[in-house]
Amino acid sequence: MSSLVLILILLPLIGGLLQAALPFPRIRSAIILATAAATIGLAHLFLLRGIGADPIQIDAGFAWFERHAMLPVEILVLLILFTVAVKHRNVLTFLLVIGHALLLLGLHRAGHPEPLAQPLRFDSLALIMIMIVGVVGGGITIHATGYMRDHHRLHPAQPDRSPLFFFMILLFLSAMFGLVLSDSLPLMFLFWEITTLCSFFLISYERSKTAIKNAFLALNLNLLGGFGIGFAILHQTVHHGTPVLSTIASGAAPGALMAAVLIAVAGLAKSAQFPFSSWLLGAMVAPTPVSALLHSSAMVKAGVYLILRCGPVFEGTPAGFLIALIGAGTFLITSLIAVSQSNAKRVLAYSTIANLGLIIACAGIGTRQAMWAGMLLIIFHAVAKALLFLSVGTAEHKLGSRDIEDMHGLIICNPRLALAMLIGAAGMFLAPFGMLISKWAAIEALIQANPLLPILVAFGSAPTLFFWTKWMGKILACRPTTCPIERTVHLTEQAALGLLCCLTVGICALFPLVGSHVIEPFLGLYYTGQVQIGLRNAITMFIMLGVLALLPLSVVYRSRRERPVEPYLCAANVTGAGQFIGSAGAVHTVHLRNYYLADLIDERLLNRVGHLLGASILLVILAAATW
Amino acid sequence: MQTLLYILLFILLAPFLGGLLCGIDRKVAARMQRRVGPPLLQPFYDIIKLYGKENLVVNLYQNLYLAGFLIFMIIAGSIFFAGGDILLMIFAFALSSIFLVLGAASATSPYSHIGAERELIQIMACEPMLLIAAMGLYLPAGSFMVADIAAFDRPMFLFLPAILFGLLYILTIKLRKSPFDLSMSHHAHQEIVKGVTTEFSGPALAIIEITHWYETVLILGFVYLFFAWNPWIALPATFLLFLAETLVDNTNARLKWRFTLTSSWIVAAAGALNLILLFYLLKAGI
Repeated sequence: MSSLVLILILLPLIGGLLQAALPFPRIRSAIILATAAATIGLAHLFLLRGIGADPIQIDAGFAWFERHAMLPVEILVLLILFTVAVKHRNVLTFLLVIGHALLLLGLHRAGHPEPLAQPLRFDSLALIMIMIVGVVGGGITIHATGYMRDHHRLHPAQPDRSPLFFFMILLFLSAMFGLVLSDSLPLMFLFWEITTLCSFFLISYERSKTAIKNAFLALNLNLLGGFGIGFAILHQTVHHGTPVLSTIASGAAPGALMAAVLIAVAGLAKSAQFPFSSWLLGAMVAPTPVSALLHSSAMVKAGVYLILRCGPVFEGTPAGFLIALIGAGTFLITSLIAVSQSNAKRVLAYSTIANLGLIIACAGIGTRQAMWAGMLLIIFHAVAKALLFLSVGTAEHKLGSRDIEDMHGLIICNPRLALAMLIGAAGMFLAPFGMLISKWAAIEALIQANPLLPILVAFGSAPTLFFWTKWMGKILACRPTTCPIERTVHLTEQAALGLLCCLTVGICALFPLVGSHVIEPFLGLYYTGQVQIGLRNAITMFIMLGVLALLPLSVVYRSRRERPVEPYLCAANVTGAGQFIGSAGAVHTVHLRNYYLADLIDERLLNRVGHLLGASILLVILAAATW
Repeated sequence: MQTLLYILLFILLAPFLGGLLCGIDRKVAARMQRRVGPPLLQPFYDIIKLYGKENLVVNLYQNLYLAGFLIFMIIAGSIFFAGGDILLMIFAFALSSIFLVLGAASATSPYSHIGAERELIQIMACEPMLLIAAMGLYLPAGSFMVADIAAFDRPMFLFLPAILFGLLYILTIKLRKSPFDLSMSHHAHQEIVKGVTTEFSGPALAIIEITHWYETVLILGFVYLFFAWNPWIALPATFLLFLAETLVDNTNARLKWRFTLTSSWIVAAAGALNLILLFYLLKAGI
């Protein structure tokens, strides 16, 4: 196991370093594909080893690393950030980096914590994250090779920095694997900072003014949140000697709740919850595979992952309830804002923030059933959202726009891409797909703790129905069209989309197994009892899935008496063109736009309210925790 | 076995019950307007006639969505009448409504497009209240299973007055009654081009009508749960509330979508307050 872990963490890193070293584009992309495929394979090896196994502590050389080599790497990360801050004259980043340096110094002055002999830990929650980062991340990396080629073909003015791009992507995969496997809090913190660093370079990839501005926003908010973990390490070092994540999670460490709250603050920032949410919207300037990998499936999941880890400590505490309240409130407000957006990436960004909020609501409550729902949400969201981001990215290159209005009739022009998008969207909000199963479990879990949370979820899930359905309706509109059927999507992109489509549907069909073999073993460490899905409910959902799968077949068997006619336009139609002849013989084309309820939903106002509420709840939590 | 029997009974009887209710509604409405009105069985005659008509389509896929609309409505009803999980029922119900919206959106006529958008607004208006009602029924009964809620031995509506009111409020939307018949109205005086159903004709229109009958029975079943402790009170109460909807329908003109949406959410918020109060009252052991 030890060597397997080491390979998993080092392999993407080596692949990344080769990107920076090798001058030949062909070989570079072959290495990327090989690394991604190997990562997917390795993740499956972990799945085979990890199912039903007890958690194990692992050394894999990281005890030595923590003792001898971690400090130089930490200093290197801070130096890079420092250089960047100086180069772009960003005072705030400068101050935050200085702050982090002082924190590092403080940690060493506070009696350097005795490193664990086995600083890594592998359990079912880590397994879930490894599968997400490995399989979904691997798929996204494969998609990115084709995407970046198109990107530079369409933007010839931009200098091609794809070696840096893929170095950062692969480094990020390494850091994510390290993050989810770390049990030692200082080691986890290092990986955490590396993901922040990768995120900065990937958001600023285009080097445009907005890109750099938004990259700094993301960097600053995440550095700010990072203090939470720093203080948690300090707190645990002083009170306990060794800051260990698993003892905090089990409540065995003295002052575990305080440490958990501090960690949760960092998690809220990383997962872009109110009041930290603004950075994720800005991060959408990055190339779409980055949004898919860092800003929906993997990096932002690191935040909710940590809060979920601390979930058992939060059970029944006021601090846990307040964290859950931030999550549920974020879910409601960002779901509402998403209704008013027509830019597909912004819709996806708001929906990501919303779903992360839902996971945090579950983790903050921390009962067995809530944790069950939260873990299921992480899995389903990662897969379906990655699929959506990637298909929007591909559509953007083919249509020249990321506006949902321009996807009118995509099913006619590009049926396979449209189908991928539809499966992703259905996976996000429709019964019997994954997200809905989790939302259902979340409502049943939350109502037992406090009715306010499921009420917020109930109000928040209504707008999600609205914006997903109108998007699907746009794609499915059968407009009369002459556009050529697009066959120029790169093979790598098709492969990644196909993989994620299969995963979205497959996990949904297998979810009782996921529940019993992956989630239950983790929950069994902290809780007694068992979460019942109920055989009857499972059967009902299988029937629904079956009906959905069979429904398209009814097109084949059609009533013989159907007669195609022109849609009603309240005038004389121009046959087959979606046009009508108006007064004085003028020909008009029909334009259909979706509703955005813009006069009812004010994005700025809602964001402001969210920030205000989020900040005040956060202050209450911190004040109460320190007092 | 008994479960399967209930499901079978629902699938076979619900359209007749729904059609009969629709006939009663039309008769009573006519009497309110001092007309004689159609025969009680007129809705069934309509369906037979629609099946005899030609099936005009604007694209090859639109009737596919109607199949989804009908099948998932039947699944939602089956979950409900088999005593299953009420939240799962609400989700299947939402899926069914979404199929109708997608069917209308695929037709790309401006009228059916606007109908689809308005139908979506109606769904968004109803969804929170439906979920809050389910949670409200859960609190006293201690279970989300319809069978357990129906077996609760005290009058549920006394625990949940605001929630019952809220459910009746959105019942108006679900039954497509004025003042909230935005996406499609049963009355010719409201509109000539019939919103969400503009591009459906003949047998397809008949399917929409039959699905609406299933929907009527299902949502009235939801109302029934509030009185389920005594069937002799519950049946007449549900029927009277249905007739009250007819009265509302005939005494109100259509309102704008904004009012529909905001007012339903305000009513749902009142229901939410009811829920919170009840939670703490039950916790205190009252």
